[in-house]
Amino acid sequence: MAKVTLNDIAHSYNGPSDNPDDYALKKLDLVWRDGGAYALLGPSGCGKTTLLNIISGLLIPTRGQVLFNDQDVTRLPTEQRNIAQIFQFPVIYDTMTVFENLAFPLKNRGRTKEEIEPRVIELAGMLGLSRNLYTKAQHLTADAKQKISLGRGLIRKSVNAILFDEPLTVIDPQLKWELRSQLKYLHKQFQFTMIYVTHDQTEALTFADEVIVMYEGKIVQVGTPEALFERPEHTFVGYFIGSPGMNIAPCTLQGNRAVVEGHDIVLGRTYRDIPAGAKIELGIRPEYLALNPPEGQGVPVRIVKVDDIGRHKIVRVGLNGRELNVVMPELSGMTGNNARLVFDIDHTNIYVNDQLVPGEPR
Amino acid sequence: MIVKQTNQKAWFMVLPVFLVVAFSAVIPLMTVVNYSVQDTFGNNVFFWVGMDWFKELIHSDRFHAAFLRQLLFSGIILAIEVPLGIVIALAMPRKGWGVPVCLISMALPLLIPWNVVGTIWQIFGRVDIGLLGHSLASLGIDYNYTQDPIAAWLTVIVMDVWHWTSLVVLLCYAGLCSIPDAYYQAAKIDGASRWSVFRYIQLPKMQRVLLIAILLRFMDSFMIYTEPFVITGGGPGNSTTFMSIDLVKMAVGQFDLGPAAAMSLVYFLVILLLSWVFYTVMSNIGENSSNGGGR
Repeated sequence: MAKVTLNDIAHSYNGPSDNPDDYALKKLDLVWRDGGAYALLGPSGCGKTTLLNIISGLLIPTRGQVLFNDQDVTRLPTEQRNIAQIFQFPVIYDTMTVFENLAFPLKNRGRTKEEIEPRVIELAGMLGLSRNLYTKAQHLTADAKQKISLGRGLIRKSVNAILFDEPLTVIDPQLKWELRSQLKYLHKQFQFTMIYVTHDQTEALTFADEVIVMYEGKIVQVGTPEALFERPEHTFVGYFIGSPGMNIAPCTLQGNRAVVEGHDIVLGRTYRDIPAGAKIELGIRPEYLALNPPEGQGVPVRIVKVDDIGRHKIVRVGLNGRELNVVMPELSGMTGNNARLVFDIDHTNIYVNDQLVPGEPR
Repeated sequence: MIVKQTNQKAWFMVLPVFLVVAFSAVIPLMTVVNYSVQDTFGNNVFFWVGMDWFKELIHSDRFHAAFLRQLLFSGIILAIEVPLGIVIALAMPRKGWGVPVCLISMALPLLIPWNVVGTIWQIFGRVDIGLLGHSLASLGIDYNYTQDPIAAWLTVIVMDVWHWTSLVVLLCYAGLCSIPDAYYQAAKIDGASRWSVFRYIQLPKMQRVLLIAILLRFMDSFMIYTEPFVITGGGPGNSTTFMSIDLVKMAVGQFDLGPAAAMSLVYFLVILLLSWVFYTVMSNIGENSSNGGGR
C-alpha cells in the first residue's frame, strides 16, 4: 500500500505538443492518501481512464511524474509497479479454471502453493465463487467472469493500489449493490488504496471517501460527496451531480441581489469586484427551491410539467421562458399553472466564468 | 367441420435444388461408385466385380506407398506451416505503415495459380538455368531434384511452405487482432511472462482460426496435385507420386477405371475421416486441457 502522488501530469496521445487541445489530460497535481478510497467521476472521454492507465503504467505520461510513496515510478513498467487494475469488461483466461485464474497473479510472482491455496479459497468465498472454483472460467456468466476479474485484482494483499475502471458496467443492478458493499468491506478490512473510475454518480458517492470530478481533461473539484452536493465549485459539477442536476441561470449582480430574468433575488452574501464582461450565473439545486401558491411570497412562475418519481415530485417551472427544476415532496394547495418560487438563500451559489465565487458575508 | 385443403405442390419449390444437387454431386459420385464395382474391357461392356477392386486396393503395395507418402507430406506441411504461420503472425506489426506492406506481401503467393507456382519452382530449382539450383550447385551442394528423391521432396515442401504459409499467417493474424487490448493490459498487471501471454491469451483466442487453418492446410496438402506434377511429375521414380498423382496415372494413364474409382472413394473417405478427427480433437482441446486443474 502506498501514497500515490501525481506531479504536474499531462498527457497527449499525439506526443509532446504546444497545442493544449492535443492533451487528453491537462496539467494536474494530486495526492492520493495511503489507504484512501477515491472515486474519479466524469463523463465519457474526460480523461479518467487515461489517468488510471498512467498510474498503472500502461501509459507513460507526456509530462510530469508519478510517485508511489516517495519513489519515482513514472517510467517503471506495469509489472514492476505492484499494482492491480480491474477493467470495464471481464478479462479472464479462458483455458484456466476459476481457481487458476485467481491464483495466476500470485503464481507469476513465484508464491508457493501453500501460500496461494488458502488465499484463493478465502477470496473466492468473499466473492461467492466457491461453488465454481474448479470449473472452466469460460463457461461462467458475465457476472461471474467480472467477479473473477475483481478477484484477480484483490488477490495480492501487498499491492500499492487497486484501480477500478468502471468495473460494474456489465453487472446486474441488484448484484451491483452487493459487490459495491463487498468492495467497501474489503477496503475497510485491508486498507487498500483504491481508485475507482466511474461515470455513475451514485456509484462514486457511495464508494468513495473523496470524489475527484473530471471534465475535459481537468480536475474541476476534489471533495467529499457532501461538498460536491452542497458547494459545487464548477457549474459542471453542479450539473453532473444530482438528479436532476443544479439549476444554472444567467444573472446580473447588484451587491447582494441577483437579477434573473428580470426578477430580483436577495442573496445571503455580497459579491464585489466581479470582472466586467464575465459570464455570471446563479446556481441552485432543485432541492433548495420551493413553490408557494400564487398568492404567497416569491417570484411568479408558471408550472410546465410535473414528474412524479415516487419519493418526490420534480416540477418544471418557467421563469419568463427560462426553465428550472424544483424538487418537492408534495404539491399541496396548488391549483392551476401559476405558482411562486422561493430560493433558499444559504444554498444559492454564484458562478463567474463557471467557477464558484465565495462572496462576503453581508 | 373444417376440411383442411391440402396439396403437394410445395414440392415443386424444392425441385431446382434437387436438380442442382443431383447434377453437381449425386450423379457424378454415383458414377464413380458404379465404376468401382465393375470392370470394363472397352466398348462400354461392363462386368460386375463386387468389392474386388477395393480388396485389391487395400492390399496393393502401390497404394500403401502412395498413401504413406501422402501422410508424410501432409504431416511435414502441417508441422512446418502451422508453427511458422503463428510465429510470423505474432511478429507482424499491429499498426503503422508496416501493416499493409506485410499483408500485401503475405497475400501475394496466395494469388498465384497452382501450375504457375509449380513452373516458377521448376525453373527456380533447375541446376542449369535456375537461380536456386545454379547457386546451390556453384556452392558445391549436390542438388538435383530430377535425380535425388530428397532434393525433390525438399523442393516440393519448400514450395508448398512458400505458397501456403501465408494462409495460416493471415488467419492467425486476424485471430490475434481480435483480442481486445484489455487482455494484454491485464496480463501486464498480473505479471504474466511473454510465454504465459502466448499460452493463456493468444493461443486460446486463436484456437478457432487455427482449427480452420489446420483443416484447410490438411485437406489441401492431402489433395496436392498440380505443383508436384509440374515440378517432378511424381519422380524421380515414384518418390513424389502422391495419392492424387497416382490416381490420375491409374485413371487417365492406364485407363483402369474400376481400380481408380475404388481408390477415389477410399481417398475421399480418408480425407473425410481425418478432417473429422482433426475437428473433434481440436474442438475438445479447450474443453479438457485443464479439467480439474489448479490443485
